[in-house]
Amino acid sequence: MSAALLQTVDLSIRFGGVEAVRGVNLTLAERELRCLIGPNGAGKSTLFKMLTGQLKPTAGRIVFRGQDITGDHTHLIARRGIGIKTQVPSLFDGLTVREHLWLSARRTNAAPRARQVAEEILERVGLGAVAEQVTGRLAHGQRQWVELGTVLAGNPELILLDEPAAGMTHDEVARTAELVREINRTHALIVVEHDMQFVKMIARMVTVMHQGAVLVEDTMDRILKDSSVRDVYLGKHGGG
Amino acid sequence: MDLAAVLTLEILNGIASLALISIGLAIIFGMMRVINLAHGEFLMLGGYAAIVATNHGVNIWFSMLVVAPVVVGIIGVIAERAIIRFLYGRMIDTLLATWGLSLFFIGAVTTIFGNTVAGIGAPLGSIAVGRYTISLYRVVLIGITAIILAVIFVVLRRTRLGLIARATMENPDMAAALGVSPARVYATTFGVGAALTGVAGGLLAPISGILPTVGAAYVAKAFITVISGGTAILAGTVAASGLFGSVGQLLTYFTTPVIGEAGLLAAAILLLRLLPHGITGKFFRRSL
Amino acid sequence: MRAGRIAPGFIVTAAIMVGVALGVPRVVDEFGLLQLTVFAAMCILALSLGVVWGYGGILCFGQSAFFGLGAYAYAVTAVNLGESTVAVLVAIALPAAFAALLGYFMFYGRLSDVYLGVITLSVTLIFFNLVNSTAGDAYRIGKARLNGFNGMPSLPTLNVPGDPGRLLDPTETFYVVMALLVLVYLGLHALLATRFGRVVVAIRENETRCELLGYDVRLHKLLIFTVGGGIAGLAGSLFANWGAFVSPTVFSLGMTSQIIIWVIVGGLGTLLGPIIGCLIMQYLATTLGTQQIANTSLIFGAIFLAFVLLVPRGLVPSLVALGARFPGPARSRRLEPGP
Repeated sequence: MSAALLQTVDLSIRFGGVEAVRGVNLTLAERELRCLIGPNGAGKSTLFKMLTGQLKPTAGRIVFRGQDITGDHTHLIARRGIGIKTQVPSLFDGLTVREHLWLSARRTNAAPRARQVAEEILERVGLGAVAEQVTGRLAHGQRQWVELGTVLAGNPELILLDEPAAGMTHDEVARTAELVREINRTHALIVVEHDMQFVKMIARMVTVMHQGAVLVEDTMDRILKDSSVRDVYLGKHGGG
Repeated sequence: MDLAAVLTLEILNGIASLALISIGLAIIFGMMRVINLAHGEFLMLGGYAAIVATNHGVNIWFSMLVVAPVVVGIIGVIAERAIIRFLYGRMIDTLLATWGLSLFFIGAVTTIFGNTVAGIGAPLGSIAVGRYTISLYRVVLIGITAIILAVIFVVLRRTRLGLIARATMENPDMAAALGVSPARVYATTFGVGAALTGVAGGLLAPISGILPTVGAAYVAKAFITVISGGTAILAGTVAASGLFGSVGQLLTYFTTPVIGEAGLLAAAILLLRLLPHGITGKFFRRSL
Repeated sequence: MRAGRIAPGFIVTAAIMVGVALGVPRVVDEFGLLQLTVFAAMCILALSLGVVWGYGGILCFGQSAFFGLGAYAYAVTAVNLGESTVAVLVAIALPAAFAALLGYFMFYGRLSDVYLGVITLSVTLIFFNLVNSTAGDAYRIGKARLNGFNGMPSLPTLNVPGDPGRLLDPTETFYVVMALLVLVYLGLHALLATRFGRVVVAIRENETRCELLGYDVRLHKLLIFTVGGGIAGLAGSLFANWGAFVSPTVFSLGMTSQIIIWVIVGGLGTLLGPIIGCLIMQYLATTLGTQQIANTSLIFGAIFLAFVLLVPRGLVPSLVALGARFPGPARSRRLEPGP
C-alpha cells in the first residue's frame, strides 16, 4: 500500500468561542480524488485554508508527503505541491489568461519552457480562444477555468478545488467534470461542492462534514443511502 | 506631590489635544474611508473663525464652540457636495482632491488675512498648583474634550441619527432600501466631522497662534492617531490619543519637545508593527 | 513574453531624453540649465516612487525619507572626504540599506496599505524633527556639522572621479544627471520585464493569489522597496549637489507630498507618468512662483481640483487611453511595463 500523500491528524481550529473545524482525520492517497461535501458552515473552506497555510490550526497536524507542514508559510506550502482554486475565483484581474498561466509556470520553469507549459495548459483546459483576454472581463465560468489552469500550470501534486462548478451552466458543469476526471489521471484532488449532479459525475470516495467534524466517509452510493447524511444535508435536496 | 499633579495635567492635556484634533478625522475616515488631507486646514479655518468672531466682539466661548464649528461644518458640506462625493472609493483621487482643497484654503486665507500670525488670548487666566502655575484654560480644555467625546458617543449609540449613520456606513444599499438617502448621510457625516475639527481649531486657537500654514503641523499627527486607533472610531481615537499623548508628554517633560515628538511617532511605528490593524483591530473590536 | 527585450516605446522615450540632454545646453542659458538639472534630479525621485507605488502597489507616504537620507549622506560624506564619487555611492547605499531595514520591519509584519502609509510618513517626520534640531557644534559627523534647521551650506559639488580638484561645470553636471535619469529609466524598465518585476506587478494585483502560486510576497516587496529607496537616495545626492546645500526640508511633509502628487498627476502604473507629472508640476511651481496675480497655493489647489474631476487617471494613462481609440500598432501588454 503506497504511503498517504496527505494526512491530517486531529486537525482543529478555533475562532474565539467557535470551533470551526474539530478533530478532522483525513487521509488521501496519491492521485486520489476525494469529494468533500456538507452544508454551509461545515468547515470545508476553513479546512482548505489550513491545508494551504492561510490559516494556522489551533490543534492537530498536517502531513504532506511525509513532512509535517502544519503552520508553514503559504508560499512554502505552495512550493511543496499544494494548489488551490478558491471559492471565489482569485485572479489577477488586470492580466491576460496567458500571463496567468505563464506566471504560474515560470516559478518552476525557465522562461521558454514556461511559455510552452502555458500553451499546453491553454489547450488542455480549452482556453485558447480567450488567451489574450484580460481576465477581469471574462464570464464567471471562464474565470473558474482560468484559475484551474493557473493552478495546473504550477504542477502541484495535490489540487484543492473549492466549488469548481459554482455559477456554471449545465454544459459548463459537464465540461468541468470531464476536466476534473482528466486532471485526476496525474494529480490528486479534493473537491468541495454543493452541486450534487456534479459530485455524482466525478465521485468515488466522499467525505461528509458537519459542524466542523467528519460525519461519515464512504463511497458515493453508500453516502446517498446514509440516513444521517440525508438528515444533515441531502434531505434539503430531496435525494439523488 | 504638586509636580505629580502638574505632570498628570500636562499628560491629560496632551491626550486631550490629540483626541480633539483627531476625532473629526476619525469620523470621516472611520465611517467613510476618506483620507482628508485638508484636515489641517479645517483646523486652521476653525481657528480663524473663532479669532475673527472674537475680534469682532463675539464672546470667546461662543466663537470657539459655536461659530467655529458652524462655519467649518458648512464649508465641509460644500466641499463634500461639490467635490468629494464624486470620488468615493477612489482613494488616490481623494488624496489629490483633498490636497488640492488644502492648498486652496491656504491660498484663500493667505489672500484674505495675509501671512501674519493672528491670535486671541487664552481666557480664564492661570491657577496655582502648589509651587507651579498653570493655565486654567488648558485644564478646562481637558474637560471640554471629554464632554465632546461623550456627546459623540451618545449620539452614535443612542440617537436615530447615529444609528442611521452607522447603518449607512456598513451597508449603503441596504440603508437606501430602507428609505435612507446615502448621499444625505455622507454629506451630513462629512459636515459633522468638519464641524468637530472646526471646534478643535477654535479651542486650540488661544493656545498657539494661527497661521494659514498651521494645518501641516496637525494633519500628520491626527492621521497617525486615527490610523493607529483602528476601525472603532471613538474607542480607537481615545486609546491612541491616550497612548501617544502620554508617551509624547512624558518624553517632552524628561527630555526635550523634539524627543517628545520623535517618541510619539516612534510609538506609532512600534504600535502598528505589533498591531497591524491598529489598536481596535485587536482590542475593543466591537465597540463604537 | 518578450522578456529581456526592450519595447519600442521605451527606446523612443530614452532617445528623446538623450536628445534633450545633448541639445538643451546649446539653446538654454546657464540659469535655465541649472533649472533643468534640478528638474531632472526630481524626475529620478519621481521614478523611485513611481516604481514602488505604481508597480509595487506599496503606499509609501514617506519617500522623502530616502531622498533626505541620500542628500544628507552625500553632504556628510563629501564634506569629510572632500570628494564626490564615494559620496554619491554612499548616498545610494545608505537609504537603500535603511529601506531594506524598514521594509523588513513592515512587510514581514504583514503591514499593508494605509497602515504602511502612516508608518512611512512617521519615519520621514521623525527624520525631519530630529535633523531640524541638530543646530549647534555638538551635532557633527566627522568634519561635517549638521546645523539643524539652518542646513549645511557650501557642499563640495561633483568632481571628475579620482580628481577632486576638477569640478564639473553646469553643462557637464547636466549631462551627468540626464545620463543617470536615462539609466534609471531604462534600468527600471528592464527590471520590470524580468520575472521578478512581473511578480511584483502580480503582487499588486492580487497578493494572496501570488502567494498561493508559491512566490514569497514579502521578499519581493522588500526588494522593490529597497530599489526605490536607493534611487530616491541617488536623487537626493544630486539635489544636494545642485544647490551645494541641504536642509531638513528634504524630509518635510511638503516634500513627501510633492512626490506623491507628481506620481498621481503623471499617472500610476507607468514609468513615463511620474517623469511627466514631475516636470509639469516643477515647471508650474517655478512659473507660478514668480507671478503676483494670485496666491500660488490657491492656483495649485484649483489646478488639482480641476485635474481630479476632469483627468482622474493621471495624464499618461489618459493619453494612452485616448490613443487606443485610434487603430495603430499592437497595444502594450499588461505585464510588460507601459511607456
